[in-house]
Amino acid sequence: MKNNVNWGRVALIAIPFLWLFFLFLLPFGSVIKMSLSDMATARPPYTPVFNSEEGIIGLWTLISEFDLENYLLLTEDELYWRSYFSSLKIATLSTIFTLLIGFPIAYGMAKTPSQWRATLVMLIILPFWTSFLIRVYAWIGILKQEGLLNNALIYFGIIDQPLVILNTDIAVYIGIVYSYLPFMVLPLYATLEKIDYSLLEAALDLGCSQFKTFWVIVVPLALPGIIAGCFLVFIPAMGEFVIPDLLGGSSTLMIGKTLWGEFFNNRDWPVSSAVAVILLMLLIVPIVLFQKMQEKELKEQGQ
Amino acid sequence: MNINRFSWFNITSLTLGFAFLYIPILLLIVFSFNKSKLVTVWGGFSTKWYSSLFQNEAFMDAALMTLKVGVVSATFATILGTLAALVITRAGFFRGRTLFAGMIYAPLVMPEVITGLSLLLLFVAIGWDRGFWTITVAHITFSMCYVAVVVSSRLVTFDESLEEAALDLGCTKFSAFFQVTLPIIAPSIAAAWLLAFTLSLDDLVIASFASGPGATTLPMKIYSQVRLGLKPEINALSTILIVIVSIGVITASIVTKRATMKKRFYEQQANAQTALHRCSNSIFKRYYNNCPKGGT
Repeated sequence: MKNNVNWGRVALIAIPFLWLFFLFLLPFGSVIKMSLSDMATARPPYTPVFNSEEGIIGLWTLISEFDLENYLLLTEDELYWRSYFSSLKIATLSTIFTLLIGFPIAYGMAKTPSQWRATLVMLIILPFWTSFLIRVYAWIGILKQEGLLNNALIYFGIIDQPLVILNTDIAVYIGIVYSYLPFMVLPLYATLEKIDYSLLEAALDLGCSQFKTFWVIVVPLALPGIIAGCFLVFIPAMGEFVIPDLLGGSSTLMIGKTLWGEFFNNRDWPVSSAVAVILLMLLIVPIVLFQKMQEKELKEQGQ
Repeated sequence: MNINRFSWFNITSLTLGFAFLYIPILLLIVFSFNKSKLVTVWGGFSTKWYSSLFQNEAFMDAALMTLKVGVVSATFATILGTLAALVITRAGFFRGRTLFAGMIYAPLVMPEVITGLSLLLLFVAIGWDRGFWTITVAHITFSMCYVAVVVSSRLVTFDESLEEAALDLGCTKFSAFFQVTLPIIAPSIAAAWLLAFTLSLDDLVIASFASGPGATTLPMKIYSQVRLGLKPEINALSTILIVIVSIGVITASIVTKRATMKKRFYEQQANAQTALHRCSNSIFKRYYNNCPKGGT
């Protein structure tokens, strides 16, 4: 073992490490601190404010003024409970819908003759590069009462009265499934492409039904992709703001929207911080699992 | 019954899937050329919304701001993200490695409202005036993680013996990286830059938290307009953005494809040369072994 420190290696590790530490990890500390503070009608809009001139005593007064009031509010006011619960429901259901729609697409891509696959992958990625906001905006024109979907359905005589879709939860589900579909299809395709499809023939030859073959062979082999896709949809969908705000109605409760409202409309920084802390606590387990999977996948790629 | 054939079921699901992905975007583009002010009723062809867009100074200012933030943040994110990718794939074990990996992967799925809020509170706590630089720093922070993922997935498949050869030939580690590794991974770094740039171009939530008075990015402008209702100018603007991004992505994918084809070509050549080398070696050896026998 060498005694002299390899400064190049230290610098290589330190630069990105310190950047992320100070700008990603440390800010969570300020969210926690803020969630313990009280709202004030001043600039900055919260108390207590740390006054460096008072030194240690200032720090002590600062700490002694912290309380859990905001968290108590979150348990008392049912708006927050309902927001968390409704986010959980919307995120879970739309993850399932995305999986159900994404799986046949990824499966079809894996079965496509190999010279076409690269093009199909690019066609899946392309909408993901196109602005999220613009893609959500496009759905407003389609779903609204005098929108393109209703016009088309009335024109073909399928319905007489326009359907009310925009500003309901249905529009939110459509928006999430549409926006997050590439995140589901890509990991699914990556695992489905690697499956040795002669296994399916073997199973069929041995008397398995088509459905059972699919269930017993394809699904277990595709499981890593299914799990990765579900994480990639579920975690960001839980905190989604743009989709429920633009497509959902006033009755659509999602925690990202509630947080945004507390922050920008009510200017209540402490309560929105408490909302963020609870959301983070709900998501910490899926995020850690996701990270473990990513690292494992990277290792497997290298082998 | 052959289950492995590309079946009608596969064709149908692909057609429906891609229709679902593309019809909304295509409709948006079509209605940007609509003469009528109603965004959902066709009133004839016109490009007037494009000219009214270019005359709208607020939009143009926001567009300029967005481009500046995008270029600066993508460039810094690419540098930092590449360093992070090197740390993940090459630095081996160090104390805090798990934490480091966590800080790389967590921002990928972290809800934007949390990232945005936490950065804002940091900026307020250190008394940094919000504006161009706070948005840029916020964008660097989350897009460097995407860069790290893209570049590290290229680095793990990188043949390290090339770099070792350069070191054996007297290169320093530094110049071996710049002269050997970097040119080879350059296509994925370019792709990562493009990804970072579009992420920055696209971001509404984090920019809204990180910006202050006077610094409005295009997504923030679009959002405030969309809340008031549909506007044909927004369709025109969206069309321009979609076209720019599509050209960028398609060019990038062609460049990467060419690069891999080139790489394959060189590898084939290298393999051929190695084979030739081995061949001639063995002939030489045979000759050398046989000669003395023949001589005696």
